Amino acid sequence: MQQTLEPYLAEHPFLKGMNSHHVELITGCAENRRYNPGEFLYREGDEATHFYFIRHGRLAQEILRPQKGGIVIQTSGPGDVLGWAWLFPPHFRNLDCRAVELTRVLALDGVCLREKCEQDHELGYEIMKRFAHLMEQELESMRLRLLDIYGNND
Amino acid sequence: MGTTNKALEKKINKKISKSVTSDFQIGDNFCIDIKELDSIFTALKEKSFDLIGPTVKEQTIAFDQIESVKDLPEGYTDEQSPGIYRVKKTDSKTLFNFTTGSNSLKKYLYPPHHTLWTASRNKGNFTVKENIPNLKPLAIIGLRACDLKAMFVQDRVLTQGEYKDSYYQLRRNSLFIVAVNCSRSVSTCFCTSMGSGPSVTNDFDLALTELITNTTHKFRLEVGSDKGLDVVKNLKFKAATNKELNDAKEVIKKTTNSITRQLDLHHLDVILKGSHDHKIWDEIGKECLNCGNCTMACPTCFCHTLEDTTDLTGSTAQRTRRWDSCFTIEFSYLHGGSVRTSSGARYRHWMTHKLATWIEQFDMSGCVGCGRCITWCPVGIDITEVAQTLRQTVLDEAHAVAWEEI
Amino acid sequence: METTIEHNCEQVVNNNHTMTPTIYRVEKNRRDTHDTFTLHLSPEDQPLETVYEPGQFNMLYAFGVGEVPISISGDTTEWPKLVHTIRAVGSVTNALQSLATGDSIGVRGPYGKPWPVEATKGKDIILVAGGIGLAPLRPAIYQILHNRESYGKVILLYGSRRPLDILFRKELEKWRSRLDMFVDVTVDSSDRNWNGNVGVVPRLIDTANFDPIDTAAFVCGPEVMMRFTAMALNKRGVSSDNIYVSLERNMKCGVGLCGHCQMSNQFICKDGPVYTYSQVRETVLIREI
Repeated sequence: MQQTLEPYLAEHPFLKGMNSHHVELITGCAENRRYNPGEFLYREGDEATHFYFIRHGRLAQEILRPQKGGIVIQTSGPGDVLGWAWLFPPHFRNLDCRAVELTRVLALDGVCLREKCEQDHELGYEIMKRFAHLMEQELESMRLRLLDIYGNND
Repeated sequence: MGTTNKALEKKINKKISKSVTSDFQIGDNFCIDIKELDSIFTALKEKSFDLIGPTVKEQTIAFDQIESVKDLPEGYTDEQSPGIYRVKKTDSKTLFNFTTGSNSLKKYLYPPHHTLWTASRNKGNFTVKENIPNLKPLAIIGLRACDLKAMFVQDRVLTQGEYKDSYYQLRRNSLFIVAVNCSRSVSTCFCTSMGSGPSVTNDFDLALTELITNTTHKFRLEVGSDKGLDVVKNLKFKAATNKELNDAKEVIKKTTNSITRQLDLHHLDVILKGSHDHKIWDEIGKECLNCGNCTMACPTCFCHTLEDTTDLTGSTAQRTRRWDSCFTIEFSYLHGGSVRTSSGARYRHWMTHKLATWIEQFDMSGCVGCGRCITWCPVGIDITEVAQTLRQTVLDEAHAVAWEEI
Repeated sequence: METTIEHNCEQVVNNNHTMTPTIYRVEKNRRDTHDTFTLHLSPEDQPLETVYEPGQFNMLYAFGVGEVPISISGDTTEWPKLVHTIRAVGSVTNALQSLATGDSIGVRGPYGKPWPVEATKGKDIILVAGGIGLAPLRPAIYQILHNRESYGKVILLYGSRRPLDILFRKELEKWRSRLDMFVDVTVDSSDRNWNGNVGVVPRLIDTANFDPIDTAAFVCGPEVMMRFTAMALNKRGVSSDNIYVSLERNMKCGVGLCGHCQMSNQFICKDGPVYTYSQVRETVLIREI
């Protein structure tokens, strides 16, 4: 299994610049998963155990509004990395995540990786840098959407 | 000088003027009295010109239609300073002893309100009929050097670009200009900084310099164009003597020396474009009333808006062009809001355009130093003072950097 | 002197066409979305003399109400017919919305500098549209597809507010089904009935497949969206010289004489509206410019 996963992770832009030892450590926490359309990867309140490298398909992060149904906050597609709740206590999900179409992901065991980061702070720093960047990008997108630029401005 | 000499001089002059009448040319100088000045007006009227000249109107000196020299503001003079304009009547017989009035030539070449076309509707369909104005040619009397320069700035903007303003072009082509060299200045004048005055040097048809003493009242008359030549060639004027020419030169020299206000143009465009975030804009924003007086009084401001109206039955519609001002908040309105919402940003836009971006657009400054924006600003905001403040900031910063380096 | 005047009057007639609208007839008024509609126009008698190019706009006049600048949104090879896609947001656009087949409309134009469709031949083309900004880009898409073999990859990324705001949906689907064009659409927010992307349009740039060194980007949408898009393109390695944006300001006359659309030393109506991002990058960041 690891033989097929390691080349994928080693070449992934998210892990660009990481040394092979660390990539190997990360690969040790990875497994392939497949989700059918409509299937939930997790729901709000679940324990955040994993994060995902999306290989194929589309995932929607949603918030359920009473009487109004789910509203899609953001979708992610191939090449995207999804989920950081595993990094921060108390490690609970605050969104639902649903597969919009048939989706294949590499699921990384956050609990396993957290332990490795605690033991190897250099790995921890490399991981933190990348997630900080991911969060900065997401924040930028959210700021832009906050403007409602296509709205009528009235 | 004895009477014989005077008589001789007269004789010689007569001879010269006679010999010249048959062979006039551009650049010729004459000396005329009030009657002869009036004969120019008559000649212009005979050539079907409407005469526009300075008149006393609503306690200001303003251009309006005139018929003869009698309509000119005899004995009137003006006082101007930031936010202040006063006319005064004196016992003098002068006809041009004042400076820039409340309006310029702009309103004649580029009317404040002008109907472009009319449309008539029949159910869902309509036709458009262009309004072609039937205009009599205008002769402008007593145009100042700064206003003459302003006209050339407007020529550049309105007739020499990709698109042309046809109404302006029409008025302009048939315009006859009798300019006048300024015999005094007021505190708001800064034409010398802008290279536009106080004397006219070219691009006029006729130019006057008023020469007045206790006993004599004459005008040096200079011919500036073929059109000017055509008007005076049959009027048998006397050539100006060297003394009269010298007197005229003295008048201009005296006026030039009396102008103290300055606008330092050295790198001013760069300073302005680099001062977008200067705190002075906020300060001006608090003072400025956004009345738009400066833009209305400015002889080069050309911004306008287009207005559509219908009659009460809704069967006829009109499009009119009306002067607009970049000081209104609606000016930059885009669905959802205006681009320049703060008063300070609007002043910055106006001033930066006049003295910096205008040069990039039209290869000349948008300011001619007439000082109207200073005089007619109700709160006396002074463009030359603002420019100096911005310059001082740049100098102070450069000074501070220089100290750091020592 | 009289003769001069007569001569001048002729000049007025010749020059003044820029301020007098030409009458067109509405052939079709089709609703696109809840607030957007498309007018198909043909000239009543004499068409506008000039041919028009993608990215240019016309001043459209609704009888008695007023005039608005609207980009050409149709295929420019179908001259002299005109297509304009309009969002009803004000009094004039609302009046235009109520026009029926056969009604008259006044047209002045075409004005402004076009998208450099010809000059960018040989490059990969990435078109990024936001909201109604897809309309001014559509003529460029038509022209590029007419000469498809002259371009490298052709990518269209479109962002809109909600799924129901998506403009030209059928056409987007048609383009998407082409093998020689990549189309992706994203919305700012949606309920679960939308199976497409949710997120801002610059995000689509991060994963799009093009050669940044040899790519021209045509970007049209709200100014903030264009800025963020240009940043995302820069990040991917597309130079600001190869990013073209279409700016919007208050346009009254369309010919650079009324002053309303001025931005720094530019009259957007005449000198723009299409600029390279490097030309305007610094200026658009100045507050209230």
